[in-house]
Amino acid sequence: MALSVKEERGKRKEERGKKEDERRKTKELQKQLLTYFPKLSILLSMQSTLFHPQGAQQWTVSKLTFYIRKLLEENEILQDVWVQGEISNLSRPASGHVYFTLKDASAALKCVMWKTSAARLGIALQDGMAVEVHGRIGIYEVSGQYQLYADQIRPVGEGALYQEFMRLKAMLEAEGLFAPERKRPIPMFPQKIGIVTSATGAALRDMLNTLRRRLPLVQVLLAPAPVQGTEAPPALVKAIQSLNQQSPNQQLPDVILLARGGGSIEDLWAFNDERVVRAVAASGVPVICGVGHETDFTLCDFAADLRAPTPTAAAELATQITMLDLRAAVQNYKTRILSATLQILAEQKASLASLVSELRYVSPDRRIQSERQRVDELARRAHSSLFHHIQLQSAHIKGMERRLEALNPLAVLTRGYAVLTRKDDGRVISRVAQASAEMKVRVSDGEFEVRKK
Amino acid sequence: MAKSSSKKAEKAIEELTYEEALAELEEIVSALEGDTAQNPLEEAIKLFERGQALAARCGVLLEAAELKVRQVAGDEIIPFEEDSE
Repeated sequence: MALSVKEERGKRKEERGKKEDERRKTKELQKQLLTYFPKLSILLSMQSTLFHPQGAQQWTVSKLTFYIRKLLEENEILQDVWVQGEISNLSRPASGHVYFTLKDASAALKCVMWKTSAARLGIALQDGMAVEVHGRIGIYEVSGQYQLYADQIRPVGEGALYQEFMRLKAMLEAEGLFAPERKRPIPMFPQKIGIVTSATGAALRDMLNTLRRRLPLVQVLLAPAPVQGTEAPPALVKAIQSLNQQSPNQQLPDVILLARGGGSIEDLWAFNDERVVRAVAASGVPVICGVGHETDFTLCDFAADLRAPTPTAAAELATQITMLDLRAAVQNYKTRILSATLQILAEQKASLASLVSELRYVSPDRRIQSERQRVDELARRAHSSLFHHIQLQSAHIKGMERRLEALNPLAVLTRGYAVLTRKDDGRVISRVAQASAEMKVRVSDGEFEVRKK
Repeated sequence: MAKSSSKKAEKAIEELTYEEALAELEEIVSALEGDTAQNPLEEAIKLFERGQALAARCGVLLEAAELKVRQVAGDEIIPFEEDSE
């Protein structure tokens, strides 16, 4: 705030310097001209008297006052001043405008602050209060009174800033804006990050570089806002609100980084502005505040869900998962997929093997084997029973043979009997009448033929 | 689980965002690790192949990732031009 004013003042000083230079140059030029053309001096001195023959111009009060007003209003210095002094004769009529006199040990300055500016005052004015008032010098023509048209009033000095800081902090704390239970967790793996900072500051560059290094997958949505000066607080509020506005084709960011590079306490003051602090607390999206350096604390830090010591640190805290982690995770998944699949294959193989062995157990092979064995067994049994049978039979046959032997009619032949048969038809001859011409005689060891006589 | 991943399998891998690919990869890993032997082998092999393709997709996206920066301008969102200092 103060810095911008200083800067502007500096610029104006430069401009003034330039104008003086020009004036000097013109005078020098005139001097040089005079040395070469002495008669010119007459002309030059005549100039002032030529048009004002009486020596002084006639004015009406209005015209003169208007002239003075113009003089004052054309003076750039008087149109942008910070004046330090003590408030006295403070008056607030029903109109809402504020009137007071600013004075120090040896002078006084009438001041007026219009209703619209007065409504934006961050402090409660009191008689005797030491303040710095910003505004422009103008004339109230009705009373011919020059006065300061004030648009900003702040307590004097850093001590006053600190007091204001403490007062606001106590007030907002009492409201519960800084309560730990209001803090929301910062998402581990944001897809979209909102950034509120100056579009041209080093803070933005630092944050973008940090995000690019750590998690370039992320989308960044920047809501640019001036981060110092009187225009900063409303712009910061608007930026925070704009990042909280969801539209059909625009999803909300997962986290908002509110950041600003280092600076003096005045430079960082926008982040102590009550409006900004309230906007941070009201943000639906979690906010990480990274303003200034390690040692700078602002009220936004207290209201944010997470305080970061610097803008870079804010970007780091917003990307707790980095490319390294993601690469490792993908690698891990790859390994796990492979080992899980191998495991599945192994299990499938094992279950296949057990099925095969079950199959083998129930296979007809086994039955065939046992059938074959049974066949063998039966064959063996058949064989042995047959053998037995044969033996029995053969014994039986032998017995029969023996018995047959005993019954053999030819057995008597050994005892000298003979059997006589007809040679032609082989019939046994047991009576004479049966005898034929040729006959066979069988004796114990053979036969021979005989002829009937 | 196998059902949902087979439903997703309809989406071509080249069209998946990193987050989608990673989420499906995660799902496949737990499907493969979880109900082993319950999936038909053919299904498991399919899951495996898709998982491998997803992992490859994730890798490609990670290597190719470039920070996208846009800015709010009034009611619009426009690309943000960084000063290349």
